Amino acid sequence: MTTISENPQAPGKAPAAPAGGTGLIGFLPPKAARALTLTGAVLTVASCFLSWTWTPAFPGDLTVYGYPGGLQLQVLVLGALTTLFALSSYGVKGTRWLTPAGADAALRLAALASFATAWFTVGAISVELGGPINLEPGGAVVAVATLLGLVGALGLPFTRPKLLPLDPEDTGWDRFKHRCGNGWATFKASFATGPARKLPSMHSSVEILIITGVLAVALGIFTYGVGTEYDELFLGFLITTGLGFAAVSKSGLVQQATSLTGKHQNLSIAGAFIAAALFPFTQTDDQYATLGVYILIFATVALGLNIVVGLAGLLDLGYVAFLGVGAYAAALVSGAPTSPFGLHLPFWAAVLVGAAASLVFGVLIGAPTLRLRGDYLAIVTLGFGEIFRIAVNNTDGTSGPDITNGSNGIASIPNLNIFGFDFGAEHVIAGFTIGRFANYFFLMLLIMAVVVLVFRRSGDSRIGRAWVAIREDETAALAMGINGFRVKLIAFALGASLAGLAGTVQAHVTYTVTPEQYLFAGPIPPNSAFLLAAVVLGGMGTMSGPLVGAALLFLIPNKLQFMGEYQLLAFGVALILLMRFRPEGMIADRRRQLEFHEKDETPDALAKAGA
Amino acid sequence: MTTTTNKAGAPAAPAARETVLDARGVTMRFGGLTAVRGVDLTVNSGEIVGLIGPNGAGKTTFFNCLTGLYVPTEGEVRYKGTVLPPTSFKVTDAGIARTFQNIRLFGNMTVLENVLVGRHTRMKQGLWSALLRLPGFRRAEAEASQRAMELLEFIGLQDKAQHLAKNLPYGEQRKLEIARALASDPGLILLDEPTAGMNPQETRAAEELIFAIRDMGVAVLVIEHDMRFIFNLCDRVAVLVQGQKLIEGDSQTVQSDERVIAAYLGEPIDETPAAPAKTDGAAETDAAAETAEAPADEDGSGEDGADEAPASEAPAEDDTPADTADAPKDAAAGKENDA
Repeated sequence: MTTISENPQAPGKAPAAPAGGTGLIGFLPPKAARALTLTGAVLTVASCFLSWTWTPAFPGDLTVYGYPGGLQLQVLVLGALTTLFALSSYGVKGTRWLTPAGADAALRLAALASFATAWFTVGAISVELGGPINLEPGGAVVAVATLLGLVGALGLPFTRPKLLPLDPEDTGWDRFKHRCGNGWATFKASFATGPARKLPSMHSSVEILIITGVLAVALGIFTYGVGTEYDELFLGFLITTGLGFAAVSKSGLVQQATSLTGKHQNLSIAGAFIAAALFPFTQTDDQYATLGVYILIFATVALGLNIVVGLAGLLDLGYVAFLGVGAYAAALVSGAPTSPFGLHLPFWAAVLVGAAASLVFGVLIGAPTLRLRGDYLAIVTLGFGEIFRIAVNNTDGTSGPDITNGSNGIASIPNLNIFGFDFGAEHVIAGFTIGRFANYFFLMLLIMAVVVLVFRRSGDSRIGRAWVAIREDETAALAMGINGFRVKLIAFALGASLAGLAGTVQAHVTYTVTPEQYLFAGPIPPNSAFLLAAVVLGGMGTMSGPLVGAALLFLIPNKLQFMGEYQLLAFGVALILLMRFRPEGMIADRRRQLEFHEKDETPDALAKAGA
Repeated sequence: MTTTTNKAGAPAAPAARETVLDARGVTMRFGGLTAVRGVDLTVNSGEIVGLIGPNGAGKTTFFNCLTGLYVPTEGEVRYKGTVLPPTSFKVTDAGIARTFQNIRLFGNMTVLENVLVGRHTRMKQGLWSALLRLPGFRRAEAEASQRAMELLEFIGLQDKAQHLAKNLPYGEQRKLEIARALASDPGLILLDEPTAGMNPQETRAAEELIFAIRDMGVAVLVIEHDMRFIFNLCDRVAVLVQGQKLIEGDSQTVQSDERVIAAYLGEPIDETPAAPAKTDGAAETDAAAETAEAPADEDGSGEDGADEAPASEAPAEDDTPADTADAPKDAAAGKENDA
């Protein structure tokens, strides 16, 4: 932050209101604003039980009185959240724990979230059915109610930031820029909150119960997101979760939950895996378990890449090739009829073969190139990714030896059978039918657990510190006695073999491996560009970041089919915006958060342990 | 932040004087430029040796030759009787630690982690040990962090162990660099301008810290521009001028030597080849130095990145000797700016 010494006698005007002044909408008295917000929120909740449109032609059937459906459900949740925050801002007993970091900012965001989702819904109805005439009274009520709530929330007072005074010698354009800057600062300040209250000390069983609750909510949200059936619902879901999560995090609840999970780290991770394992049981058929298993594959590979990129700072643009090596290796020894080798190894051996093959390629690529720094490595890995694809395309018996069947790939890879458990068949567990993809989902979860374990343990050790040191300053790291080349090669090879591990399962899940699955960039997620994006988007160097990033990057193209060719464009724009406004990724590494937001730093945040 | 000299939790000071560092005829050429020419230097255990000289005299280059960042063109460097390997991390492993002229901490790691990285060579736990958490792992980690905390206490930063290194004030960053170097249990520590940019109080504290390090049984070789500091501190002082060792001796001898004064005031020196046309000749050599160093650095320091290695050297070469006399401090500050 640049400091500008303010001259109190400066011409122009002194910064206006004192602390605790008016809200963004100045003419509303604070009391009225608060009441208006609460009214709006309650009305929003009520209106969700009304009919919003007259025809079931709009997906989700919003015509029923007394039973919210589709997007109404999302608005209902947000309305309830806003109501609770509003009550909490009044200090109503029993709701105060909801806002440990102050209610107003959270309330403002929650009101904004309801407004956005409700107006998105109303807008979608009007556009798709041809005009606002298609709205039933309920639709109008929700629009007005959320608008009132938003206006009220924006009228809430907040601490105004110090504005930079205008320089009278500025030209008009400079003044305009200056005013915009001041306006933006004010706007941002209206959503700012202080640090959250410390949690009262609780019995650890209570804390574990809370963690369980948080995980259950997370599972619920994920299941809902995966199960969204039409574009509007998924878009609404994105708006709802995005702004809703922002509101909850402004309230300080996220901060408290993070400190809890940080306290019981191992338990939280185990709990998260259990929650993930419950996912197939929430499904009635195999349709969404398919998505689940693809997300898991993508996320596992992204996490492996995070060791290479996030910890060791080696930019690897051909990472998907290692997934391909693992998949091809497993496919070749799987006993598939199209495999030129007649081998059929048991799965454990195939896993070892896949991981070992990737390891060998990792070392082969790494050994000559890791002596280079920065951009050179990126170019070489980019080249390797392409070489892998082209080489596999050409080893078809015509233009090269017959190893991979060329562009036809290796098809009809048989299903796995481990200890008599046939992954291709349906099983009934505790009354739930578990289909083929759900079976693989469990297997993939196991693989991911291995990768998570490797990531955590290696990151928190002598070698992990050496990786970060190399990322920070290679010369200094060498002078500290770190064998830079060796340590980088370990990171590279470890990342490669983890990708190979995931590849062995991927081969069986997809039945077929073809060279076209392993591109640098393409519309279908596991490709090098998307993998890197998942890591950067989610948060480099963190464990949960790439998982969240991968889930989003897989679901968005999958759910928003209508975007078609503009998908990559939208994705690029979203990435640019994210890098501008939250460069550390969605889930910030403790270190990186401090790196990018130095001014917000508090020693408290530093003392909070956990990687 | 003052450090008492008896606080060391390390091996007691050795009784017999043993030669720790023995550099013989070290010569470093970058293309046509000879940055260091036939320098001999020995450091005995329990000794603090100073290395001074005008800017561009080749002090840091000499340091880089000692620590394996550069491989000397001629000559050899022995540490406790064995010839040092030509790679930087092996030199550290052998027992020579160093700090940098422009602070090179791992800014986004915590203070404690920085010291733990310095401990790297004294820990042997590899990837498998970390993944399987073998029995020795936890013990080694605990030992390492205990030793690191001891060192942080030694420099007075124990309360800031969880802060990010880059958020420390300047003086504490310098201290942390020293602690990080000490973490490898070195027999010799090389300090490259440890008080550059410090105020008198901080300089005084640094002096006490270096005495304390000596009392821990670590020999010290220090580059510095602050003459009062160096003459207070050092048992012996060597003067480097234009890549050659001019004189070596105790503070009195060096201080009273005319040639040293001449070198700092920029008057012609008999011994140096470029002596007659001092200002012009030197300027030309310096210009050559700048251009010659960029490619040479890459060979020497293993792809050091052309952006940083010359940057740390070049400004030192910029000043003609005449400038250096009146403003050694300014020049040092200028060097810091490119960090």
